[in-house]
Amino acid sequence: MPGFRLEQGGLIDRSTPLNFRFDGKSMSGFAGDTLASALLANGVQLMGRSFKYHRPRGVYGSGSEEPNALMTLGRGQEEESNLRATMVDLYDGLDARSQNAWPSLNLDLLSANSMISAFLPAGFYYKIFLGSANFWLLPEYFIRRAAGLGYPNALDNEDDFQHHYQHCDVLVAGGGTSGLAAALAAARSGASVVIVDEHARLGGQGLWRNAEERVFVDAALSELEANPKIKVLTRTTAWGHYDDNMVACIQIEGDPGAPLAPHQPRARAWHMRAQRVIYATGAIERPLVFANNDRPGVMLAHAAGSFASKFGVLIGKRILLATNNDDSYAHASILAQAGAEVTLLDARSAVSAALTAQAKAAQVDLRLGQTVLAAKAGKAGPSAAEIGALDGKSSSLIDCDAIASSGGWSPSIHLHSHTGGKAEWRDDLQAFVAGKRLQEGVTVGAAAGLFGAQDALASGWQQGLAAAQDLGHHQASGEAPRLELAEAPTTTIMPLWSCPKPKILKGKAFVDFQNDASASDVAMANQEGYRSVEHLKRYTTLGMGTDQGKTSNINGHALLAEAQGRAIAEVGTTTFRPPYSPVTLGAFGGPHTGMAFAPIRRTPMQALHAAAGASFVEAGLWYRAEWYSRPGEDMWASIKREALNVRQAVGMCDVSTLGKIDVQGPDAQEFIQRLYCNGMKTLPVGKVRYGLMLRDDGMVFDDGTVARLADQHYYMTTTTAKAAAVLAHMEYHLDVVWPDLKVRVASITDQWAGMSIAGPRSREMLQAALPGLDLSNEGLPFMGFLDTELNGLPIRLLRISFSGELAYEVHTPSRFGPQVWQVLEQVGQDFGLMAYGTEALGALRIEKGHVAGGELDGRTTPADMGLGKMVAKKKDFIGRLGLMREGLSRDDRPRLVGLMPADGRSKFVAGSQLTEAKSVGGFGQITKSLGWVSSAHFSVEHGCTIALGFVENGDRRHGETLYAASPLDGLHVPVTLVSPHMIDPQGERQHG
Amino acid sequence: MMLIPCPWCGPRAESEFTYIGDARRQRPDTSALEVSPEALQAHSDYVYLRDNPKGWHQEYWQHSSGCRAHLKVERNVVDHRIRASVKADEALPSFPEGR
Repeated sequence: MPGFRLEQGGLIDRSTPLNFRFDGKSMSGFAGDTLASALLANGVQLMGRSFKYHRPRGVYGSGSEEPNALMTLGRGQEEESNLRATMVDLYDGLDARSQNAWPSLNLDLLSANSMISAFLPAGFYYKIFLGSANFWLLPEYFIRRAAGLGYPNALDNEDDFQHHYQHCDVLVAGGGTSGLAAALAAARSGASVVIVDEHARLGGQGLWRNAEERVFVDAALSELEANPKIKVLTRTTAWGHYDDNMVACIQIEGDPGAPLAPHQPRARAWHMRAQRVIYATGAIERPLVFANNDRPGVMLAHAAGSFASKFGVLIGKRILLATNNDDSYAHASILAQAGAEVTLLDARSAVSAALTAQAKAAQVDLRLGQTVLAAKAGKAGPSAAEIGALDGKSSSLIDCDAIASSGGWSPSIHLHSHTGGKAEWRDDLQAFVAGKRLQEGVTVGAAAGLFGAQDALASGWQQGLAAAQDLGHHQASGEAPRLELAEAPTTTIMPLWSCPKPKILKGKAFVDFQNDASASDVAMANQEGYRSVEHLKRYTTLGMGTDQGKTSNINGHALLAEAQGRAIAEVGTTTFRPPYSPVTLGAFGGPHTGMAFAPIRRTPMQALHAAAGASFVEAGLWYRAEWYSRPGEDMWASIKREALNVRQAVGMCDVSTLGKIDVQGPDAQEFIQRLYCNGMKTLPVGKVRYGLMLRDDGMVFDDGTVARLADQHYYMTTTTAKAAAVLAHMEYHLDVVWPDLKVRVASITDQWAGMSIAGPRSREMLQAALPGLDLSNEGLPFMGFLDTELNGLPIRLLRISFSGELAYEVHTPSRFGPQVWQVLEQVGQDFGLMAYGTEALGALRIEKGHVAGGELDGRTTPADMGLGKMVAKKKDFIGRLGLMREGLSRDDRPRLVGLMPADGRSKFVAGSQLTEAKSVGGFGQITKSLGWVSSAHFSVEHGCTIALGFVENGDRRHGETLYAASPLDGLHVPVTLVSPHMIDPQGERQHG
Repeated sequence: MMLIPCPWCGPRAESEFTYIGDARRQRPDTSALEVSPEALQAHSDYVYLRDNPKGWHQEYWQHSSGCRAHLKVERNVVDHRIRASVKADEALPSFPEGR
């Protein structure tokens, strides 16, 4: 018989009924239910299909360990998959669907996989790789469709996620009895405390296991609430413990699958930095391994107890509970007191008198020395079970409608393990506990193997107190609370890793439910030589998936140990890594998505560009004007118009994004001299010079200009892209390499706006704007600069050219940028001034053969770019010795060339390879690449695509024809190698 | 996430820093204009060779999202413990073996 709701009992609010749907069927539950308890109360046993064999599965656990009951909630934008029904708090309107079943949960045709399970053994996937590639493709096709869990939501996630940062003295992970005691002790001593728990309310098993513990829990909860030094976070999982006590937590704020309230985040990611961390993370029960132990209606012992006691839901009327430890007696009693006929099979042949008395008092049918061998069950839950003695010699069938089992408890030492702490096997507990630790984290309570409530409480109290006192908090904390419990203070256990093989019934005995790894898979992996637990994990997938083997790891490792005749301690356990349980990806991103992903840098003139119809392009964090559309123009029309206007009249471009660095100090000249590979010593005050900076390995790092403002004061520009890297490079050399140099550097990129005025009419125009100034070649020669005023606004006027035209740059403190731009725009009207964007800028500099990002790719030397003559011979500079290496002075290195289509019109693209052969060849016979195209653009001067590129010996091959091949674009264009200076090779225009 | 003690700013989150590299490497003096093959080799070793020690490691970090100073840190690359940090031009204290 399926589960049902009891007339009374549980921590649910029966006055608040909630409606929900499961696979389209309307059901109801109560506030305080989880989705799992509500489904059980509605008689639902079959909740999902397994990963590989599509076996019917029901809920198995009570919390984050749940391997089976994974569901998809919500629709459309809200849809979220792989949610554990045990961790979803029921809400009105909840819409849940089962996963991995086709066409439906009840009639899953893919369960045919189960029948061919002999052909899907452990490592099946790896084994088929041994066959031919074609053979692999066939099963691969089916496996992709059949295997799996839920589908990810393919829609853009519009949910809000928040990031929080929290500092505290003591962080307590886990709000059960031991965690509450730790938090109280630490807070009473005066420490600031944060306590988190993954469930909707604190208390853990203390909420429902027995009355005395509940009294403590309730008192603790009211004290926590009243104490402002304690921060309580529920539905919050501490999922990762990182260096220096940084604990990552996820708080589920919005119900999964439900629409969010206005301004409500879906989840909050907490970065907790604690002085001390107390792991009160409890323990996870593991099942017994017997045939058909995965069927609906079979679950963990404590889960059965918790459904009855916490939610008022009984999983059956005749319940068979099989165990090997003391803990199950409490759950057997709870189930019997709730009205079930309970048969308790204890594998041990003798137990304490207290336990027998407890079973008797609760009218539990206790049978010692017996265990369960198999469940007789389909998808509708068990109808009987085969039970017998441990020697497996005799067995019999017993009627039952639900089965629960316990193979013992495994302390949750995940957080301890995250920080590099070791796991230590304890024979008396048959479990791993926290061993040697590397960080300030201590385990308490069940997580420390203290399964008795009073022991757990005492350990929590003691460690909470110790943590606070260690941090200097010594306020009187009062007496430690004590529990007067009927239960035995400690619990004993007998190892039982697999139940004997059944004689009457048959079926697979599962170890890992979520990955369909059975006991026979573990045996086979061992037989095939996968002897380490890490290999076992990879080969059988045991311990993977959303539950990360919470219920299965220890059983699997123990079976491996048994098969090898070794001790479990010897075989060891796999390393736990974060996250403890699944964390939604949105929480990692937090609010940093879309336009909030990164800050936006705007130049002072940004608004003017937008108003002028500019389209913007991302350049690092900047958004630069790419071109300015005029009515009726498409992109190319605008770009061509802008470029042509620079060549014919005058254009103005916002160059505020260039990095600007202020260099000052008595040794500034010496530093600048070492920084650039070309001579800088002779740069006089009032002049500006082009400079090339190398890395220590001799490759070009960046280029820019240096203006000498005063004897000990320089004003440098860098490229937009390398501004930050150049500053860091300078700081490193000043701090670390040459700390004796008396120089200070500061980024002033944001403090200065810059605009380039380029074109044959630029001087005329500026002369009109600055009538009092002599802008002739004598007054302001090429590479000269002067500080002056434009309509009362301070400007720095530099005569430098990137476009190859007669050109100037006007720099001004940022706050004057827009005004200066507008004044120049106004004056420029009479001279045909137009603004131009980065596209036109790129086209112009390629025509001129000026290198930029595409050429400065970290693999090119000054000589490669035809700038070898710039390199100073008579000074030391960064990269000098690197440049002397044999390979960098070789003759046949790729050299900068200009490229034009041989037919004068065909388009080709940057990134193309330059080849000698007509065809790049097919697979396996690719033609040797002689070089590459580094930048390409449409040239208004030549009326076709032109490009810069690098070709072996390129400087000596002008006139030759190669092929620019870009197979991805389907382009294969004959191109002629020319001088990179594709306009005005003598530089007459810029000097004009 | 590590907490790195900046000599200027106190303990700050690792995300504010940029790792620079091994602090025991010293850039050879390249000021002599004549370059011997040995000097060229020494420079090349400086640029390309790195040790990958297990255990304690002296390294430069830059507090790039903070005061921008470079600091010298002694960090255990196995468990990420930091036992000393000083300004870039200062010497790290010496520690007895095995601590």
